[in-house]
Amino acid sequence: MLDAEKIFLEEKARIIRKRIISMLQEAGSGHPGGSLSAADIVAALFFRHMNIDPARPHWEDRDRFILSKGHAAPVLYAALAEAGFFDTKELKYLRKINHMLQGHPDLRSTPGVEISTGSLGQGLAVGNGMALAAKLDGRDYRVFVLMGDGEIQEGMIWEAAMAAAHYKLDNLVGILDYNGLQIDGPIAQIMNPEPIADKWNSFGWHVIVIDGHNFDEILNALEEADRIEGKPTLILAKTVKGKGVSFMENEVDWHGKAPSKEEGELAMKELSQGEVLERWETLGK
Amino acid sequence: MGNTREVKLKATRDAYGEKLAELGEKYEDIVVLDADLAKSTKTLLFGKKFPHRFFDMGIAEQSMIGTAAGLALSGKIPFASTFAVFATGRVYDQLRISVSYSKTNVKVVATHSGLTVGEDGATHQALEDIALARVLPNMAVVVPCDAVETEKVIEFAVEYQGPMYIRLGRSKVPVILDSGYEFKLGKGAVLREGKDVSIVATGIMVAKSLEAAEMLKERGIDAEVINMSSIKPLDNELILKSAKKTGGVVTVEEHSIIGGLSSAVLEVLAENLPVPAERVGVRDVFGESGTPEELLAKYGLSPKDIAAAAERVIRRK
Ligand SMILES: Cc1ncc(C[n+]2csc(CCOP(=O)(O)OP(=O)(O)O)c2C)c(N)n1
Ligand SMILES: [Mg+2]
Repeated sequence: MLDAEKIFLEEKARIIRKRIISMLQEAGSGHPGGSLSAADIVAALFFRHMNIDPARPHWEDRDRFILSKGHAAPVLYAALAEAGFFDTKELKYLRKINHMLQGHPDLRSTPGVEISTGSLGQGLAVGNGMALAAKLDGRDYRVFVLMGDGEIQEGMIWEAAMAAAHYKLDNLVGILDYNGLQIDGPIAQIMNPEPIADKWNSFGWHVIVIDGHNFDEILNALEEADRIEGKPTLILAKTVKGKGVSFMENEVDWHGKAPSKEEGELAMKELSQGEVLERWETLGK
Repeated sequence: MGNTREVKLKATRDAYGEKLAELGEKYEDIVVLDADLAKSTKTLLFGKKFPHRFFDMGIAEQSMIGTAAGLALSGKIPFASTFAVFATGRVYDQLRISVSYSKTNVKVVATHSGLTVGEDGATHQALEDIALARVLPNMAVVVPCDAVETEKVIEFAVEYQGPMYIRLGRSKVPVILDSGYEFKLGKGAVLREGKDVSIVATGIMVAKSLEAAEMLKERGIDAEVINMSSIKPLDNELILKSAKKTGGVVTVEEHSIIGGLSSAVLEVLAENLPVPAERVGVRDVFGESGTPEELLAKYGLSPKDIAAAAERVIRRK
């Protein structure tokens, strides 16, 4: 990847993070931690890897993205708006009555949302269905399912994992936002899902472990998944919950609460550091 | 119903958490299970006090219900909590076979029911859980109207042998009963006597119904308000007695008009005493994001809507 391409993605991720903060502050409730941890993965998918056309959200050959961890809706909404699926003005009305952006993704109200989620554990099986349909119809679209590391405690994830391998769904990519935290505490203390990579491996998946905040690693993994034949790929992306906002990072309390005005301003200031223009100027010196 | 002057607000889930932590001392067989929502359901209060009798099952509700059944069959008194959508829908076959068919002594205490979940939106607003729980044989279904009743119901649940579904809410709601109130399974309570129309309400809609009765009083209508917290078994006797006196019934619930309190009450009336009736509830649609009060108003669950339904019933008498 060229430096310019990397800077482009970093700036997209920055825009997404800033929008997450302003949306949540405006809404007064919602989930910052798991939205911020997934921002780089979502930026890489929407602004580089996926074949999508915001003007045609129902285009039959589009790649599909499923936010199985539906509470991270703000990261999806920020990306969809930035990509042009709907007006960025809508972001102001997150979680407000009579508006489009629901607390959890709603397929019927929001262009670009492939399936309604918010009840954890359901997204992977839906992804299986879409991947099977691609095979039936001879289409070459791919399906990406983003899951939480707490979410994989749901039995249904493993039922779907078994089925994806059974049906050799090599057009399906699971991405695990491995931030180590759920609501009640660290995943290892609440209900330990480890060893996670071994589990997916033994279920017949190709597993790639990466740093979920490193664009080279994210894109290399996505490209590797494209090359794998005969089995689904699981990208185990190590992330930091609340990534990008120092006081939210690795803090379990920032799972599901909105920043106050002051906290929001502080977060925006941190997220603005090193913005492209600023970088440009330092480069010139 | 005592002095209603100073209105105290308290969420029923808070009353639950506090009561459970208190009862844990007296009853060593109480065990508590949760599914990664212990801070929200308030079972964490018990968990902190009795860590060895508290089991966070992770985000795995089906496993939680099955485990609770196993604990019950081994002499424990399990309370299993999560949000109402997950406590019924996500675990329905587990509730059906491991709990109600097997008649295990499991207390499912669901929080965050109804529209007043608010901003999280439709996925998190249980509007069908009373219906789902009510249709299961052996399952007692109780919806406390305030914090005081919640405490009494939890005290009752510890002693009661058999499966129970107890429905609680997220938001702070008025405390309308005084501490002398006694809960009896299968019994409703007349909170306000009247002769023109019977308003049978459950859960947080009881307080709204009392407000509606005040509005009706100004229009010269004398409404009876019944707190029907015990949805199963239902207080048939009280419903028929009140309906006979007033000649018309309004049911009020923060739930779909299909399958919940309204269905239970109208079944009894249809079989015994068909009188005009109106249902106040969510009219076969999903909710959406918004503040609790905005949602109650939009979906027709405000005191104004209850009063209007009462007037329609009276016109049909
Ligand atoms: C079936 C179900 N159970 C419980 C919840 C409540 N809930 C919302 S987010 C969450 C924790 C998710 O943790 P994780 O998957 O690790 O997400 P992340 O850390 O990425 O935010 C829980 C328990 C839910 N949405 N769905
Ligand atoms: Mg996590």
